[in-house]
Amino acid sequence: MANFFAPVVALGQRGISAAVAVGDTTVFMLSGLAHMFSGVRIFPRTLRQLYVIGYKSFFVILLIGVFCGMVLGLQGYYTLVKFGSVGLLGSAVSLSLVRELGPVLTAIMLTGRAGSSMAAEIGVMRITDQIDALEVMDINPVAYLVSPRLLAAMISFPLLTAVFDVIGIIGGYLTGVLMLNINEGAYFYRISSSVTMPDLTGGFVKSFVFGLLVTTVCCRQGYTAHRRGDSVGPEAVGNATTSAVVISCVLILAADYVLTSFLL
Amino acid sequence: MYMQDWDIEFSHLDAGYGARRVLRDVSAILPAGKISVILGESGSGKSTLLRHVTGLSRPLGGMVRIGGRDIFALPPAEFRRLRRQTGVLFQDGALLGALNLAQNVALPLSEHLALPEHLLREAALRVLAMVGLEAFADYYPNQLSGGMRKRAGLARAIVAEPRILLCDEPTSGLDPVTAARMDELLLSMHARYPEMTLVVVSHDLAGFRILAEHVLVIRDGGLIFAGTPKSLLDSRDAYLRQFLERRSGDAGQTPHRPMNHRVHAELVKWLTS
Ligand SMILES: Nc1ncnc2c1ncn2[C@@H]1O[C@H](COP(=O)(O)OP(=O)(O)OP(=O)(O)O)[C@@H](O)[C@H]1O
Ligand SMILES: [Mg+2]
Repeated sequence: MANFFAPVVALGQRGISAAVAVGDTTVFMLSGLAHMFSGVRIFPRTLRQLYVIGYKSFFVILLIGVFCGMVLGLQGYYTLVKFGSVGLLGSAVSLSLVRELGPVLTAIMLTGRAGSSMAAEIGVMRITDQIDALEVMDINPVAYLVSPRLLAAMISFPLLTAVFDVIGIIGGYLTGVLMLNINEGAYFYRISSSVTMPDLTGGFVKSFVFGLLVTTVCCRQGYTAHRRGDSVGPEAVGNATTSAVVISCVLILAADYVLTSFLL
Repeated sequence: MYMQDWDIEFSHLDAGYGARRVLRDVSAILPAGKISVILGESGSGKSTLLRHVTGLSRPLGGMVRIGGRDIFALPPAEFRRLRRQTGVLFQDGALLGALNLAQNVALPLSEHLALPEHLLREAALRVLAMVGLEAFADYYPNQLSGGMRKRAGLARAIVAEPRILLCDEPTSGLDPVTAARMDELLLSMHARYPEMTLVVVSHDLAGFRILAEHVLVIRDGGLIFAGTPKSLLDSRDAYLRQFLERRSGDAGQTPHRPMNHRVHAELVKWLTS
């Protein structure tokens, strides 16, 4: 009898632990957000994180953005040419960038670039007692480590998304106009006529939410590296970093679906 | 006048990690105004005991009282006040890797007080000088030796002049001269703040002879001795004698097990290749 139900029990336990993890993560994020207002000391730390998350990712975002736009221009052109409507290339490129690819690809790049290092750094702090040391000094570790990163992410994710969008549109211009000889005026006219304010705000809402999710997940994975069931010590930090990236990427796409269905 | 307020008292403390029990039924008092030394073999649970005084780990059973009050039942504000008055030297120093020594040492002050930069640095240099690290104020923890990190950890623990100072092996990994300096530093702290509760975890018998005014000995997670150093030195207990005389239990008869002949052959081949 016990054997018969074993798979059900196992499934139930996984379900319960997943639900607990979601709850813990939510509480973790809320406490990170709440501690943003606990003092002025957050500002210098946020500046430092803006430098790490924002500035240091800037050139990667430029690079990804320009290639993404160029591919969109190319693919868009050869699709639209079948319908004799290459004039719409500007709309196709700009709408896919502003609504979807900009926020999503920026968030995924930032997960790899900044999120992974957050998880690793905080994980190392955890296993070398640095977080315990903060606690016994009566310094709230969440306020010290997580809140500045959350704030910096809430600022830099949308800004970098904007950069990505603009650079992507320029990439589309490179292939569409300069290589494939679409009319330059049509390309830009199509952009200004088809991208509406709700498209832009929608894109920024997404990137804002992605910033919160990615930072929360990455910080929490590092923060709980000592409680992993699968490993201890340096290996746990490595696994925490891997989980942080994987979970963040899955969450970005899942949240993208949910947000899109609300925004459309 | 606050003396009795800062006694640390364990009562029937059971502690462990997950399901694993590390400390069993420990009942003892670490009196305020005295230097208490906790002795015990490696892995006997000394660091674990300290984690319960700082409230980093919750007991599986029993209580930890400071000043007669269960620290795990204190209202959060009181608990934080208690923590502010507690300085901790972690076994590995636990300095923040992202900050230099001066910033690390000033951290307990810079996070809680509105002081200008130069005063914070001055406060940090003051205690760094006490541990002989003034010249290294701008180094990062990774650029220092293990013993230096430990000394910096001690500097950070005392920078806010705590009422309770917990030191996890302040002298392990130090040369005899520096170790003696650390012991003297602890003694001078004790002389300056006579009401401070000072707890030193150690296996260093030389330090124990200089520092101890009260001793606990832990063996395999159980408390086997609590009392004055004199009564410990006079003890007839076989294990305690062995610990004090620095003998291993089965001295001279540690079983010799021959190496597997195949491992041996391969090893010789590799060493002579
Ligand atoms: N995070 C942990 N998770 C699980 N077990 C632990 C953990 N930390 C310590 N232990 C176990 O608890 C026991 C006591 O460890 P503790 O660190 O308290 O020993 P100690 O007396 O401080 O030793 P040492 O003198 O070597 O520092 C050890 O057997 C150790 O394996
Ligand atoms: Mg220890």
